[in-house]
Amino acid sequence: MAILETTGQLAESLKRSRADYIEARLEESESSQITYRGKELEAAGRTTAVGGNVRALEKGGWGFVSFNDLRELPDRVELAVRQARFTGKEESHLAPAPPIVDTVPVDVKNPLSISLAEKKQLLDEYNEIIWRTPKLQTSVISYGDSYKRVIFLSAQGSYVVQEKAGVTLRLTAVARDGSEVQQVGLSLGSPGDFNQIRGLHQQVKEMAQHAVDLLAAPQVQGGEYTVVLDPILAGVFVHEAFGHLSESDHVYENERLREIMMLGKRFGSRDLDIIDTATLPGLRGSYKYDDEGVPATKSYLIKEGILVGRLHSRETAAKMGEKPTGNARAINYRYPPIVRMTNTYIEPRAASFDDIISEIREGVYAKNWYGGTTSMEMFTFSAGEAYMIRNGKLAEAVRPIMLSGNVFTTLHNIDAIGNDLDMNQGGGCGKAGQSPLPVSNGSPHLRIRQCLVGGR
Amino acid sequence: MEAVLARASKVAAQAEVFTATSEETSAQFEANRLKHVQTRQSATIALRLIKDGRIGYAFAAGPADPQALVDMAVETARFGMQARFDLPAPAAYPNIATFDRETPAVPIERMTGLGEEMIAAVRQHTPDVLCQAGVSRSDYSVSIINSRGGRASYRKSIFSLGVEGTLIRGTDMLFVGEGEMSCCPILNTTTITDTVRQQLELAKSLAPVPSQPLPVIFTSNGIASALVSPLMAAFNGKLVLEGASPLAGKLGEALFDSKLHLWDDPTVAFRPESRPCDDEGVPSQRTPLVEAGKVSSFLYDLQTAAMAGTRSTGSGSRGRGGLPAPAPSAFVIAPGNTTMAEMVSDIKEGLVIEQVMGAEQGNILGGDFSGNVLLGFKIENGKMVGRVKDTMVSGNVFKLLKEIAAIGSEARWVGGFLSTPPLYFPRLSVASKGQG
Repeated sequence: MAILETTGQLAESLKRSRADYIEARLEESESSQITYRGKELEAAGRTTAVGGNVRALEKGGWGFVSFNDLRELPDRVELAVRQARFTGKEESHLAPAPPIVDTVPVDVKNPLSISLAEKKQLLDEYNEIIWRTPKLQTSVISYGDSYKRVIFLSAQGSYVVQEKAGVTLRLTAVARDGSEVQQVGLSLGSPGDFNQIRGLHQQVKEMAQHAVDLLAAPQVQGGEYTVVLDPILAGVFVHEAFGHLSESDHVYENERLREIMMLGKRFGSRDLDIIDTATLPGLRGSYKYDDEGVPATKSYLIKEGILVGRLHSRETAAKMGEKPTGNARAINYRYPPIVRMTNTYIEPRAASFDDIISEIREGVYAKNWYGGTTSMEMFTFSAGEAYMIRNGKLAEAVRPIMLSGNVFTTLHNIDAIGNDLDMNQGGGCGKAGQSPLPVSNGSPHLRIRQCLVGGR
Repeated sequence: MEAVLARASKVAAQAEVFTATSEETSAQFEANRLKHVQTRQSATIALRLIKDGRIGYAFAAGPADPQALVDMAVETARFGMQARFDLPAPAAYPNIATFDRETPAVPIERMTGLGEEMIAAVRQHTPDVLCQAGVSRSDYSVSIINSRGGRASYRKSIFSLGVEGTLIRGTDMLFVGEGEMSCCPILNTTTITDTVRQQLELAKSLAPVPSQPLPVIFTSNGIASALVSPLMAAFNGKLVLEGASPLAGKLGEALFDSKLHLWDDPTVAFRPESRPCDDEGVPSQRTPLVEAGKVSSFLYDLQTAAMAGTRSTGSGSRGRGGLPAPAPSAFVIAPGNTTMAEMVSDIKEGLVIEQVMGAEQGNILGGDFSGNVLLGFKIENGKMVGRVKDTMVSGNVFKLLKEIAAIGSEARWVGGFLSTPPLYFPRLSVASKGQG
């Protein structure tokens, strides 16, 4: 335990330093990775990492020093303070957070304790299924797991030790016919429980078959459509189309955006509730304390269509006169915490899938995801699979599509919310160079009117 | 490093140790003001070995026990791929300048001064634009040693700066921005701020766009945001070997417009992606990829080259601390002889595309791209008349590059990894909500 030995010295240095606020994080982790390309296992690797950082605030300016050489910690503390003094020229604002002393172990078996042979056997099974599909060109599988311990210290006396684990699996099947190449992927993850990636044989088979089927599928005509999103893609939609806008670091120093994001404003129909919470067990975005040592909360962002809350760090909460929500997160010790989502979802309502598609004369059913991004005003997200809806029924498969819309109008265009909430654990979120952060997102099936679809 | 190699050589037929250290200092401005000063120190070590014919691998960031590293690599070698290559023997490396001792010496006060200067210049044009800016300098050292006597090391400095502006009117948001990188200090900010001021000027009014195929000009930034990722994947020797690249089996074929010349170049002096050798210790070279529209070669590391029956192009890259794999260093598209002004004046109705959002989230392998035009301008009767909104463009990079109307004469570097002039295409699919 290299880092435990240094916490005493670091805590002393923090207490002696002179800044409006100062904290440190120490981290050690181990991880393993297995990748397949084609029929063969391509690479197996093991990684260890040890490192830490010191962050100081003085007169509203931040200094931040990260390192993985654990010697000379008092010098690092001093450098962070010096940088904060150089930066700050105004006033520091931090919402109060009482000091916390706690240890939070993980409640799953360390995935690194499972042998490489056992992991390889499962991945071999999946790869064989992919390769049994006729016309398949190649496959890519990447598996990773990790186990880490993070210690948070502050000059006010916080001492929080949290253990975290993660398992991620991404499978991709690639089909080719001449110069046409199509691919379909499947992404899964869990906060450390290896069992959650077992038993996917049927899903893997369907994925590979779909990649081959896409070779013959037409591309959709670009334009506006009524689209129906499956729970996985609707989760990506809620993350991109609204979640990022609720991160207060985009808003707190932007007067115009603050006016747009006034609490009490209507963003959608009375049926729409959007929630972000790190308090649900078993999800990748969950934790007990964030990286500023603030306890996780459950935040309603939208309730009955009205903007009622947002996600905060201690600084954004203080500057907006609101309560901290425990959403300051850093991907690892090399970065300072910034405001991030955790597990974000739309609450289910009553509609069945058949109710949702039955009234659509011509529309698009989009499933699964490639990715998504947002500019705050406009968002895009891409579906891994898509089908036409004709006269209330699912029709032919089409090439994967890209959807785009305006954040402020698209939520109003949701006119049906399903009864089948499902959380997607396969994604990671990127912001300000910190990617991929473990998050999950989810939704029931959604129907959106007038959604812009890119196409031929 | 020597200790790890010595221990690994006892248990493996071949072994290689790769270390990288870095120190980075940055100043970041938010909402027009200096907000963070940060310093990052990092040291990493990677061990690759070949034991019983198979590749084992271990990586450590921060302090690591040499024996633990060897044990981890040996454990993974039981499952690793069959090694088809030998580690490089001692080699002569080209002399490529990647370190400027002025760069790590730029004082933090000078760096924050550059940030203030950029923000002031942008706000002088449009006072209510909200700016973010960043200025950073870093100092990297890389060393590679292997059990066959191969030895390589180099030092690299990188200076980068950029500014982004957001302008909000009602719920309409405009995003502008520009940045530059070099191994040498960049102490003149006018190229960057002139570009941003011109973006703001052109974006003063909105112009409607019809949903129909239109002629388009991709600027250098536009090419980087929408077109280059599928190209970089297509020339990756590993994807070619697997047949997952649409260019697989097409060496020598004229798949692109005959005006197109493209190469990968890690040898340009003082460019951030330049280096004397790749991450396996293979000497750097300039590799032609497209010559007069014909596919002329692909990018390989040692293992992939051996499997494909060819030689490494010195393109082995470790990405985020993983095993080496083929990757481009910097793509260079040769400039043509048409000025931007000539291209614009040639178009009756069309678009200039500066930034596409989301284009890299589709079927990159197949070359399909589709995204929202985050920053783009409408051309009417040979003139740029305003900014476009609520507009998506879609196409296929390989189909698009078969017919290029003109290649621009003004090439520039984007983000360190691409040097390209603007490209003018006769038609591209456009879908728009269409309001003006």
